[in-house]
Amino acid sequence: MLRLEKRPNPSVFWLWATPVLAVALTMVVGGLLFAALGSNPVTVIRTIFWDPLFGANAGYFRAQLLIKAAPLILIAIGLAMGFRAGIWNIGAEGQYIIGAVVGASVGLAVYPTENRLIFPAMVLAGAFGGWAWAMIPAILKTRFNTNEILVSLMLVYVAEAILAKAALGFLRNPEGMGFPGSRNFSSYPAARNFDLIERTGLHWGGVTALAVAVAAYVLLTRHGIGFQIRLAGQAPRAARFHGVSPTRLVVFCLGLTGALAGMAGLFEATGPGGQITENFASGYGFTAIIVAFLGRLNPLGIVLAGFMMALTYVGGSLAESTMNLPAASIQVFQGMLLFFLLGVDVLTNYRVRRPSGAAKGAEA
Amino acid sequence: MIANSDVSFTIAPGEIHALLGENGAGKSTLVKMIYGLVRPDQGRMFLHGEPYLPAKPAEARRLGVAMVFQHFSLFEALSVAENVALGMENPPKLRDLAARIRAVSAEYGLPLDPGRRVGDLSAGERQRVEIVRCLLQDPNLLIMDEPTSVLTPQEVEILFHTLRKLAQQGTAILYISHKLEEIRALCDTATILRRGRVVATCTPRERSAREMAELMVGASLSAPERTSAPRGEVALAVTDLSLASPIPFGTPLRGVSFTLSEGEVLGVAGVAGNGQDELLLALSGELRSPAGAIRLMGRPVGALGPQARRAAGLVAAPEDRYGHAAAPDMSLIENAYLTAGVRMGLTRRGFIDWPKTRAFTEAVIRDYDVRTPGPDVAARALSGGNLQKFLMGRELDQGAKVIVINQPTWGVDAAAAGAIRQKILDCAARGAAVLVISQDLDELLEIADSFTVLNEGRLSAPRPVRGLQRDEIGLMMGGAHGMEEATIAT
Amino acid sequence: MIIGGIDIAVLFASLMVGSVPILLAALGETVVERSGVLNLGVEGMMIIGAVSGFIAAVQLDNPVAGFLAGAVCGALFSLIFAALTQGLLANQVATGLALTLFGIGISSLAGQGYNGIKPPATFALPMGPLRDIPFLGPMLFRHDWVVWFSLFMVAAVWFVLNRTRAGLIIRAVGESHEAAHALGYKVNRIRLLCILFGGAMAGMGGAYISLVRVPQWTDNMTNGVGWIALAIVVFASWRPGRVLVGAWLFGGLMVLGPNLQAAGYRIPVEYLSMAPYLITIVVLVVMSSGRRGRATGAPAALGQNFHASR
Repeated sequence: MLRLEKRPNPSVFWLWATPVLAVALTMVVGGLLFAALGSNPVTVIRTIFWDPLFGANAGYFRAQLLIKAAPLILIAIGLAMGFRAGIWNIGAEGQYIIGAVVGASVGLAVYPTENRLIFPAMVLAGAFGGWAWAMIPAILKTRFNTNEILVSLMLVYVAEAILAKAALGFLRNPEGMGFPGSRNFSSYPAARNFDLIERTGLHWGGVTALAVAVAAYVLLTRHGIGFQIRLAGQAPRAARFHGVSPTRLVVFCLGLTGALAGMAGLFEATGPGGQITENFASGYGFTAIIVAFLGRLNPLGIVLAGFMMALTYVGGSLAESTMNLPAASIQVFQGMLLFFLLGVDVLTNYRVRRPSGAAKGAEA
Repeated sequence: MIANSDVSFTIAPGEIHALLGENGAGKSTLVKMIYGLVRPDQGRMFLHGEPYLPAKPAEARRLGVAMVFQHFSLFEALSVAENVALGMENPPKLRDLAARIRAVSAEYGLPLDPGRRVGDLSAGERQRVEIVRCLLQDPNLLIMDEPTSVLTPQEVEILFHTLRKLAQQGTAILYISHKLEEIRALCDTATILRRGRVVATCTPRERSAREMAELMVGASLSAPERTSAPRGEVALAVTDLSLASPIPFGTPLRGVSFTLSEGEVLGVAGVAGNGQDELLLALSGELRSPAGAIRLMGRPVGALGPQARRAAGLVAAPEDRYGHAAAPDMSLIENAYLTAGVRMGLTRRGFIDWPKTRAFTEAVIRDYDVRTPGPDVAARALSGGNLQKFLMGRELDQGAKVIVINQPTWGVDAAAAGAIRQKILDCAARGAAVLVISQDLDELLEIADSFTVLNEGRLSAPRPVRGLQRDEIGLMMGGAHGMEEATIAT
Repeated sequence: MIIGGIDIAVLFASLMVGSVPILLAALGETVVERSGVLNLGVEGMMIIGAVSGFIAAVQLDNPVAGFLAGAVCGALFSLIFAALTQGLLANQVATGLALTLFGIGISSLAGQGYNGIKPPATFALPMGPLRDIPFLGPMLFRHDWVVWFSLFMVAAVWFVLNRTRAGLIIRAVGESHEAAHALGYKVNRIRLLCILFGGAMAGMGGAYISLVRVPQWTDNMTNGVGWIALAIVVFASWRPGRVLVGAWLFGGLMVLGPNLQAAGYRIPVEYLSMAPYLITIVVLVVMSSGRRGRATGAPAALGQNFHASR
């Protein structure tokens, strides 16, 4: 049997090597899975990880990559702050939905007015919607000590019901001939989240995501609040001794995630999504959890991880269409990645040792 | 890491054998091997002449080896009987077990109610649970790991009485301690360990405590020097402070009042679990109280949080180094910022001045002789003594008016403990008011000017240390907790 | 007996049936959490049980084989969690989430081609004349064996936890792993077994959804039931008897909606679909408010990993 021995100092090498190792292991084991499904594993892995970047039509796929990565990064950064502080908001999906619905409602309420301020107002409304939705678990946690994991997750289902109501009811396109879904924002210039540079996929969401990543990195490494976040997660009693108010921390972290997720939802609804529909939510809120861990809960790492995860989405749907790979296999692939990541993480803080020779002698 | 090398000793039935050594001398690892928790890499053990190498504690127990732990072997939410059952190989039904617990505890004068939850018991009573658990198995060898650190002097007497009775009945007892006077009073033989090696074997009654101490430490010891500063004004005044405990099974504070003057060292004695942690939390600001209950230089600070109190001139050092006073996985620099940020001006507009924090950290490392590869290593990488020196330095170097310390030298080797005590006295000499909470009576008698006892959340009236007798202190500490029954019975 | 257009006997009978998946999963998780492990992957283990149970039942044309397969696959799936948290000391919250995300993916992969099929039926136990007792008959004596099995498990889990040495050891490990280790108990091995038990129970609960409750296979069909089971464990203060109360409460609320609709009440479908989740939140708030920390009965070592250092 191998034995684990705690390192006196966390290994800096493994801190950054573990995500790479996890991706490599996922490719190997995922390849085996694809082989079991009857596909050529090498071709599948190449289709997912290589073709979108360098294959035919790479220009289109690279834009897609940016489009998918932006919401993942935005949400994951907020989540990572919370996870670092030991606050487990896993309902980002709900905050994303509510942000989109609230933001879109603001835009649609003034349709078809044309004004430069409409889109910024919608972004703010989206952030507010996500923030308010996240305040529910935050307030319940701080006032009643209610478990935020369960509450935030339950609220995803509630948000989905509200989304259905919006798509079929209060936001339904009056000129949509009875079809479900809101007006399409692509035909409402004042509220449209367009490509800033034609055909690059870079919309306001992408710009915001990158800016937020840098700001979060600075906050986490240089600012007192960042120190409090890290401290609260690693040593809660030491955090109280330092003077961290758990209440303020919960409100800050949940609120931040909610606002970022809400913005992501709004950017999606007004940009790539185009409208509020019943199945507008695509699981970004959950995938962002993987992104947060893959990025080592570090904002800059999350940017890389966001693109990595976007690659599995884009490459996955490419493999789906060209190789008839089942859509669910990408979800499996992503789940596997998270498992490997959590598993190999042990190397950061522990050394793997064989028991010493003498002890084996004693057993003999 | 080698904790022990080439250790040899023997114990005869009926013998009380001391294993003496400083913290980190390898005593715990040695007894864990005897109890089957750790496997030795080399060497042999014999029990009754048979080769003995237990693979697990169950095997050790079956062969008649029992152990009373210093920490971590009771389950607070479970009952006394359940706790006892967990330590036995084939426990009888709980009802029968309860009867046997009553019988054994009566026989040895250790009253216990099998139905009570362990979390509600005092430290001394908890130890009784452990001892009864061992006695029920009729052990041939009983291992006691630092048993008196949680007892009042009176309770120590009762424990010794029990142990002598057991020895007379033929049980061999391995008694681990670093308290020399106890060993001289109780033990027949002593094996002295230093850095995992046996340095001497002796008969404690024939040696002086000083001789044994020097064998144990490997150097001659010097007592800290004190220069009594003139008392200044009252720096800290606590008036009728009552607070519920935030700790599960903790002790509430009940009407605590005292004053502390500049240049004074006030020692707070008491058995663990009588409100020490709560008192520290209340003073550090982690627990809030009515504003006027705590006054710092006349200013009410009871409602302020830790950072505001630090800014006002009060610093505190909790007992638990790993997780309370320090974040184990963070670097020394980050841990320095943890409490020194406010007073040392390490923050500018909310942003942390890391270079300045590093300079402060390096200064503490230098001034307090902290052995570390550098300020960037994680706190958990330091040995207990070194980390304690660093944490003491972090608080003492901030030039605060009032310093509150819980267990300044707990689990620290003698040399480091001496250095820390000297630094505390130096702070008092420059006019700081110091409150030291400790369970080590010798330590308090050495450094404190005045002395008080925390017992069940109540603080006795402070008295000058000079002229204080030990049995007086024992009575102040509450005598023998929960032993009234026993006194009547005998 | 009919109140407000609803037949109480039928309502109670459907409540007993409706609560089985939650009850099984929550009982399993109770044991897991009592041993000090927080496995948030209940939803994932349930969906794995649902799909594997469905496939086995259809392939072997035997519903009992389906339940067995659900339990075995649920346990095997929980082994991933056990290996990561007990072997590699991974964070329990994150690993539990991963288990759920992975389970939903892999189940929809495995369940391809099984959509729209009807599984072999699970019949009611023959209760003879008891079936025909007025009121009590339709309420109690027309259930299948799994309903009775789940009730038996309530008693069994209670008995094991509170009256046996194994239960005492499980509780001890969940209270303080250091103390248990010092006394020589194999903390991680005991927890591993509890996790496997939790996985089997959740898997069986999932199989009940796909084989009896719905009964067919659709992607993501557990739809949050695993999370509700987790909430029930908190609601029940980690006690098996109260788990039953909680499961029936939620089972009742879930069947009440359709019953109300059938009785002619007009309730918007969105409110019905969000009701169980909102009610769960309300219950969690009520349970947690006013009582902090230990008073709720949470095992002291819940969610903490144990590594025996020398």
